[in-house]
Amino acid sequence: MSKSEPRIGVYVCHCGLNIGAVVDVAAVAQYAQTLPGVVVSRESTYTCSDNGQRSIQEDIENHNLSRVVVASCSPRMHGDTFMKTCETAGLNPYLFEMVNIREQCSWVHTDKEQATEKAKDLVRMAVAKVRLLEPLEKQKSAVNKAALVIGGGVAGIFSALYLANAGIKTYVVEKKPSIGGHMAQLDKTFPTLDCSLCILSPRMADIGKHENIELITYADIENISGYAGNFQVTVKSNPRYVIKENCRLCGVCAEKCPISLPDEFNMGLKKRKAVYIPFPQAVPNYYLIDAGHCLHITKGGCMLCQKNCPNDAIDFEETEAVRELNVGAIIVATGFELYDATQKKEYGYGRYPNVITNMDFERWVSADGPTHGKVVRPSDGAPPQRIGFIQCVGSRDEKEGAVYCSRICCMATVKQATMLREKYPSAEIYVYYTDMRTPGKGFEEFYQRGREHGIVFIRGKPGEIEEDDNHNLLIVSEDTDSGLILRNTLDLVVLACGLRPPEALEELAQKLHLSRSPDGFIMEAHPKLRPAETSISGVFLTGCVQFPKDIPDTVAQSGGAAAMAAALLTKDEIELEPVRAAVDEELCIGCGLCEENCDYGAIEVKKTEEGMKAQVIEVACQGCGVCAASCPQKAVTVRHFTDGQLLAQVTAALEPEVIV
Amino acid sequence: MDKLKFAFYWAASCGGCEIAVLDIDEKILNVVEKADIVFWPVALDTKYKDVEAFQDKYIDVCFFNGAIRTSEHEEMAHLLRAKSKTLVAFGACACFGGIPGLANVSDRDEIFDLVYRELPSVSNPDKTTPQLTYTAPEGELTLPQFFDTVKALHQVCDVDYFLPGCPPTPEMIEQAVTAIFEGTLPSKGSTLAPEKALCEECPLEIQEKKIPFIKRPYQVTPDGKRCLLEQGVICMGINTRAGCGARCIKANMPCRGCMGPTPEVADQGAKLVSAIASILGVEGEERMTEKEIEALIAQIKDPLGTFYRYTLPISLLRRKVIKK
Repeated sequence: MSKSEPRIGVYVCHCGLNIGAVVDVAAVAQYAQTLPGVVVSRESTYTCSDNGQRSIQEDIENHNLSRVVVASCSPRMHGDTFMKTCETAGLNPYLFEMVNIREQCSWVHTDKEQATEKAKDLVRMAVAKVRLLEPLEKQKSAVNKAALVIGGGVAGIFSALYLANAGIKTYVVEKKPSIGGHMAQLDKTFPTLDCSLCILSPRMADIGKHENIELITYADIENISGYAGNFQVTVKSNPRYVIKENCRLCGVCAEKCPISLPDEFNMGLKKRKAVYIPFPQAVPNYYLIDAGHCLHITKGGCMLCQKNCPNDAIDFEETEAVRELNVGAIIVATGFELYDATQKKEYGYGRYPNVITNMDFERWVSADGPTHGKVVRPSDGAPPQRIGFIQCVGSRDEKEGAVYCSRICCMATVKQATMLREKYPSAEIYVYYTDMRTPGKGFEEFYQRGREHGIVFIRGKPGEIEEDDNHNLLIVSEDTDSGLILRNTLDLVVLACGLRPPEALEELAQKLHLSRSPDGFIMEAHPKLRPAETSISGVFLTGCVQFPKDIPDTVAQSGGAAAMAAALLTKDEIELEPVRAAVDEELCIGCGLCEENCDYGAIEVKKTEEGMKAQVIEVACQGCGVCAASCPQKAVTVRHFTDGQLLAQVTAALEPEVIV
Repeated sequence: MDKLKFAFYWAASCGGCEIAVLDIDEKILNVVEKADIVFWPVALDTKYKDVEAFQDKYIDVCFFNGAIRTSEHEEMAHLLRAKSKTLVAFGACACFGGIPGLANVSDRDEIFDLVYRELPSVSNPDKTTPQLTYTAPEGELTLPQFFDTVKALHQVCDVDYFLPGCPPTPEMIEQAVTAIFEGTLPSKGSTLAPEKALCEECPLEIQEKKIPFIKRPYQVTPDGKRCLLEQGVICMGINTRAGCGARCIKANMPCRGCMGPTPEVADQGAKLVSAIASILGVEGEERMTEKEIEALIAQIKDPLGTFYRYTLPISLLRRKVIKK
């Protein structure tokens, strides 16, 4: 606490009518004047405006203010604004306190009198706290000018290219043996029907050969520590047992390999060998051995691939490689997982051979698929004549745990139905939908064209599918537009499965300390204004890991994420928030509760001459305060949120009520 | 040099603090060599009116034990404060309100109803409860007023030093008395005990820093090595002041917090709640349902009596709200 009595200025904002319509702002400002230490108290229509800020600055100078309280909107919105205002006038920005009388008062209350009283309470609390605030200095930290992109789908590919083209060293880490993600599995893209891989594979190749990009595939993120500008990431690459430089892609190894397995890239509709290449355009473009199924690795012996390789490319001695990456920014682009249609038991996926998913369809219709692009009934190989699509499978379905709309399935179905129409001009094609959602450039036109070409859209989600002895599928549904009950016997049914956050996202989110929205996707820093940022500084988002979106939206967001990351990485140093934990070693008993509870690995108990003592790793600390809350000794305090400051606020809140 | 003048007083207390004074054994003889005891209700027949007759600051050091429960206690606190140069809150009750302070979850009417009317062993056909005055044939009789709220000594008068413990150990008493004789008392307001937490004196070891479950002491046979908290027994040691030599823990009983909070801790109970909350059932906590978490917490029997056993009157809670 400063030795002289603090001189406090209080500014109460109308925020136009946002606050002014409910709270009597003048009364609050008048009341603030009566509080101890308050030298100036003013109301203003828009405190955040240049005028509003200037008045604060003038008061700091003319009235020699040593503390500032602004009662307006949320600190998240304008906290920085007013801190800068104070700083410009020569006042330490941490001698400022903000009161949210908009979200916490005017927006949530209708009773004007009581809302005004509450605003007064909140201001009184802030004044009580601001008296005890202490000036804090920001530390600076050098920026490591490299970026990490996690995920090598279209989102990761484009953010990495944007960064690399801006001259930034970029690491791309992909879990699978090849980059490309889900987009590589698609046959065509809506609404233009251009070939998905034709537009993606050149960019994939760019990743592979860009001088600023280092691609690490078939690898997992083991550990992430550090902070914006200075992350340490441990990456473990799995052995491929194939020497890249020697592999000529002749395929002899796979020819000789005795082990046959379902091919994941083709949704298990085709077989692959234990030594394989995920798909012809894979990047990096060389073979690998599936260690979990290779006969030599699991049981010993065999080695047919090695014996037959004309170029000595097989190396069973290869081991996993662990490496440390030092980067300044991280872009998370880990995409989505398709809803597991076997969960929706009433549709019989996995039991009825002729019920397939939208991703299965993509492989059936692909030239590299099991039938070289011919869509057939899986049960008998016959060309289907009556085809149904069911929308919203695992989306907009509270029972299945996803209330949200997956956004892309309506258009994906229109695309698939259109492709079927081209292949089978006389086929009957039905789409069972909840609502057709086509908001996008050229989307509605594409949908209307589908209707014109005789695709029948039925509003109503079927309750279940039954199968007859010939594997024909019987669907009973209500057409909610006409109220008619429709019975339809179909050859093939395609389930438009929704998009889900990948299961492995939980672990990654924990490692990065990212929050997730109720839908399970990663929470962005602000739903409108910061869609490519996260709550963790230096960590950015793009693609379906944030929320389901189509390819153009993903590419646009990748540009945003790359721009945000580049803005950080082109600085030489960044300022670190000084609101951090500090340990009083005299009081610390070395119990270790803080270390146990810290999510950021930012506090450690170490042996010192005085015994076991906790020590804060300043740069890693995010100032969350878990350590301070768990410390039984109050040996840990979080600057700017000390117990003394908070208790002063609490005491002020309870002030009018005296305990008997 | 003149002998010092000591006084002892007991307010709402169990008498254990008086015994503790005698527990310094033969060293009491050293004390009476250097000090006269001018007032000690348990041992001497000095009347209140004799104390009233003392000059102000006549007593050099007054050791005041017990909480403030009645108007008699409060009057004596003010009287002894006026008559003493140095007033020492002696024992957990005087320092923090102590065990009697747990009655702050109730109030006078409730306590009187229970004690004088409802208990099965009570025979009170007229439903009489203690009255402040009663006119007997011999004249008017008075009783001290029974307060709704139990208070610690410093909540009714100025206190110079605090000597916590239930009761303070003979070693602490001896050190305090030695400091008085040698004139080496610390600054006013100090607690005459170490600033550290009990863990500093505790012979047990912290290993896991996690508590999978909570048990009551009788349900566990402590292994004598590991921290009792890790063995599932709530031990208040982590935020209780040291100075007792971990007597209870050495007898395989958890610390119950009678030395009160360490200097930085404003609320011993709340602090322990937040410490325990941070390590209880941490494994898989995020996947627990509300019900499972409730069940975990329900393992703590009598949380108020556990976490605030000695300190309710000086805590942030202080007492339950009186609805009158």
